[in-house]
Amino acid sequence: MSALRNTLLALAAAAPLLGAPVLATAQAPAAQAPAAGAQPGAAERQSSDPQVKQALPSAATTQQEQPQNDGAGPPRGTPEIQGRVPESSAAGTNEQRQAPTTTAPTRPTGTPAAPQPVVPPQPVQPIPAPSPMGERGTLPAAELELQNALKGNRITGRVSIPDEKLAVLVQPEGRDWRAFRNGTLMWVGGIAVLGMLALLALFYLIRGRIRVQSGWSGRTLERFNFFERMTHWMTAGSFIVLALSGLNLTFGRHLIRPLIGPEAFTALADWGKIAHNFLAFPFTLGVLVMLLMWARDNLPNRLDWVWLKNGGGFIGNAHPQAGRFNAGQKGIFWITVLGGGVVAISGFLLMFPFFLLDIAGQQWGHMVHGTLSMLLIAVMLAHIYIGTLGMEGGFSAMGSGRVDYNWAREHHGMWVDDELKRAHEAVRPEAATRPAGAD
Amino acid sequence: MARMKFLCDSDRCIECNACVTACKNEHEVPWGINRRRVVTLNDGKPGERSISMACMHCTDAPCAAVCPVSCFYTTADAIVLHDKDLCIGCGYCFYACPFGAPQYPRVGNFGGRGKMDKCTYCAGGPQQDNTRAEYVQYGANRIAEGKLPLCAEMCSTKALLAGDGEIIASIYKERVQRRGYGSGAWGWRTAYRETVEV
Repeated sequence: MSALRNTLLALAAAAPLLGAPVLATAQAPAAQAPAAGAQPGAAERQSSDPQVKQALPSAATTQQEQPQNDGAGPPRGTPEIQGRVPESSAAGTNEQRQAPTTTAPTRPTGTPAAPQPVVPPQPVQPIPAPSPMGERGTLPAAELELQNALKGNRITGRVSIPDEKLAVLVQPEGRDWRAFRNGTLMWVGGIAVLGMLALLALFYLIRGRIRVQSGWSGRTLERFNFFERMTHWMTAGSFIVLALSGLNLTFGRHLIRPLIGPEAFTALADWGKIAHNFLAFPFTLGVLVMLLMWARDNLPNRLDWVWLKNGGGFIGNAHPQAGRFNAGQKGIFWITVLGGGVVAISGFLLMFPFFLLDIAGQQWGHMVHGTLSMLLIAVMLAHIYIGTLGMEGGFSAMGSGRVDYNWAREHHGMWVDDELKRAHEAVRPEAATRPAGAD
Repeated sequence: MARMKFLCDSDRCIECNACVTACKNEHEVPWGINRRRVVTLNDGKPGERSISMACMHCTDAPCAAVCPVSCFYTTADAIVLHDKDLCIGCGYCFYACPFGAPQYPRVGNFGGRGKMDKCTYCAGGPQQDNTRAEYVQYGANRIAEGKLPLCAEMCSTKALLAGDGEIIASIYKERVQRRGYGSGAWGWRTAYRETVEV
């Protein structure tokens, strides 16, 4: 160890004597490297040298060039900008277009009178490599933020912590989502729900309850079996809780919170959230089972068009023919299955944040979920109305499962015919011995 | 009263993540929750810069605007805080926040979110100042002790500035004028609807 040090010391002592030319040649590549390889640090040092600066275009001309380049957006040729003028004044001008006062006296004071044509010295551009500052300083952070906000772009980088989603630095879409949640959704929901209630009230006042025109027959036939009714009520019950807890999240802080106070409202909303999460499963199951169970009877056919043209019997007293389900019920069915399906899918995606959707995806998921849910609630209000208050004899179809014969004749004549035919065939397999409905 | 803000001088930030560590240590922030993080833009490319980001305590805070239970409040120092006893962990503030500040512990069913946690500007919460209850829920309350947020206080390059908006903006302006460049204050336009004019 000490031997090595001694050797080194000896070498160092001998260097001035014999190694001077050797050292000089050894240093030469090192000295050339910054110039050739354009180490920008060296370039800056060079340009801040007053001797060099006189040969350079003055800060004023750079300042005139700068705004034209600046407006175009992309950071243009940072190397020569930063190379030719001291970096301090370059950075000062490109943002607010005013030179910082501290570096103001950079103009050469020697030859002010003679109007020499300013010839851009060509040789003073030996800076091919980008500056380590890169695009630094060409656009300030606020400007980049604004640009990204206008374009709706996120600013994303890299984080060294394991939580990848935190690499999003600024996400301007949050503002759009805020506008949706506090504006659009409340308007859509308010208009859909209250508008539907108003329409139904108006309809009730004008049309009144739709009666069984030929009176009760006293005989009933089964319309929905136990399994169908259970599926319906499982879906309906969970839908009501889901709808109320969802509406509570949207409107509750304006409507309920002032009435019951923050703590009680939080308890309510918390239970609502838990219920919303859990009841999503029976609701989805119900929608799926209903799809399998009723899709065949809900396929549109030509009769539906006739039914719709006749206003479905809601306008006037006509009773357009219909099979097991009329066009209105088919509409409700497909709205429930398709709309409910999309609401369920978007809801499940929201329930597992960052499983499939990133932050923008979750915002979209919520927008789809919220808007469709509001419309579904409005449609279901109409469904509830016609199933209870709006029509005599209708509720028992889902209540006891049996409907009055006359009610069925009036609303679902073809279904009654089919049912009777089936019943006859079951009782007496050799068909057509008696006319259908002869009993 | 002061208008408290954060300003990260990204020309100084060296991505040492000490602010992140200090924050976690000071408040005993649970695993998986990051009140503050350092984001590196253009990593490994020219123009690379790092920005330490946390809740910016926005003017007209989006989180407070969208909260369905209205659990947010703003202190006299314009620090945006929230009441964990009222929060239901719905995630709305996370959708709305431009900076991804709200964090949720994973508790309960599914991917369910627990009560939201975020940077408190070292100002605790609605509990009695510097009590055990406040510490457990929100972490230390340095503001009540007359101190500034720890992340900025211990920043080795003084890249992260915390304090009254006008004062930290003037410090930043002075720096930019002295050294001749500055990329501006990240997040200020989004959070405060203003920029640092240099």
